[in-house]
Amino acid sequence: MALALQTFATVKEANAALKSQGTRYLGGGTLVVRAANEGDVSVSSLIRSTEPSLSAITVTDGKARIGASVTMAAIGGNPDLGFLAKAARAVGGPAVRNMATVGGNLFAPAPYGDFAVALLALDATVSTHDGETPIETFLTRRDSNRAIVTSVAFALPKADGFRFLKVSRVKPKGVSLLSIAAVLELAGDGAVSSARIALGCMADRPMRAKAAEKALIGQSLTKDGIAPALAVGNEGTSPVTDPIASAWYRNEVLPVHLGRLLLT
Amino acid sequence: MAKVPVQFTLNGSEKAEFIDSGTTLLHALRDKIGDTSPKGGCHQGTCGACSVIIDGELRLSCLTLAETCNGAAITTTSGLSEGGVLHPLQHAFLDTFATQCGFCTPGMIMAAKVLLNHTPNPSRDDVVEALSGNVCRCTGYEPIIQAVLRAARANSQNAA
Repeated sequence: MALALQTFATVKEANAALKSQGTRYLGGGTLVVRAANEGDVSVSSLIRSTEPSLSAITVTDGKARIGASVTMAAIGGNPDLGFLAKAARAVGGPAVRNMATVGGNLFAPAPYGDFAVALLALDATVSTHDGETPIETFLTRRDSNRAIVTSVAFALPKADGFRFLKVSRVKPKGVSLLSIAAVLELAGDGAVSSARIALGCMADRPMRAKAAEKALIGQSLTKDGIAPALAVGNEGTSPVTDPIASAWYRNEVLPVHLGRLLLT
Repeated sequence: MAKVPVQFTLNGSEKAEFIDSGTTLLHALRDKIGDTSPKGGCHQGTCGACSVIIDGELRLSCLTLAETCNGAAITTTSGLSEGGVLHPLQHAFLDTFATQCGFCTPGMIMAAKVLLNHTPNPSRDDVVEALSGNVCRCTGYEPIIQAVLRAARANSQNAA
């Protein structure tokens, strides 16, 4: 399948070019070139932008903004985003991490997209030329999105407030059986005062475990305290079945891994 | 299909070609330039056989479009030996029987080279992590891991 690549200096020009039929945005290539190599004939033209802001990371005043072209390797090596290194390094092997971008990960179908799970737990906002969209809304509508994602932004979690777990069968790196990210805040007495939990591979795209979040509030992070959350951890899930695991298996083991993450 | 010019440095030599837009770097290297050391395994970014080093970073040439490499410095396994003398990594792969069918070897060596560039004395875990994106169906990996550790030791002895 022959592809044509068009490179634009600005996102504005690239957005205009993306209006043509058969076009797709090229980030790191790990999704779109892969699809073309596999024989996806819906793509005839690739668009990319070299605007420098797409590759910028800024961390100021407790807020981080990551350009959409920033790679997993760049995040994994950024000292200001140390808490996210585990999630960034969960993506692919070293070569994939040198290529795969934050923007692309938002569109990666399960069992991929582990970094987007982390961003969902962080309640990030996704920027395009239309403005900012909460990531949960963005993920719901991503199939119809035609605007180039320029950056994601989120408030930095409190120290030790972010947790991430990826479960795969092959060590050290394998495709996700599931992944879980959580942002937890604890009150002075150790009870959970706020919780956001995001799940990967438990639907066709990252999803929030809202019933489990609600059940955690006011509980301590002990075996008994988290039991109500684990009991409802699967609420609303619709896991993928693929060569890695069946939907049934993913649902069976989710509470086990959620429990491990919460008791870490 | 309109041809587009690409120009980059391959193993220290300037290369300039006209290619079809959208050509992968793997295809350009193997079928236009004639460097067949990167292998086309899965073309999906899963096996690592096509790994090359672009501006010091390990990349998958099957998922990289050649046009995006304009001005870049590209290293492949075929550029490692100097004057007919094998690179220490190549020697170590031979010495530890880390090559069986040989298909994954150039990608493994590229991944190992980047590791040793940044971490001259890696731990076993460092090596396993560095090779985690490269698949080998023959060796069971252990001889490859040993080869990389051996090359690191050889490098440090030479430097001493």
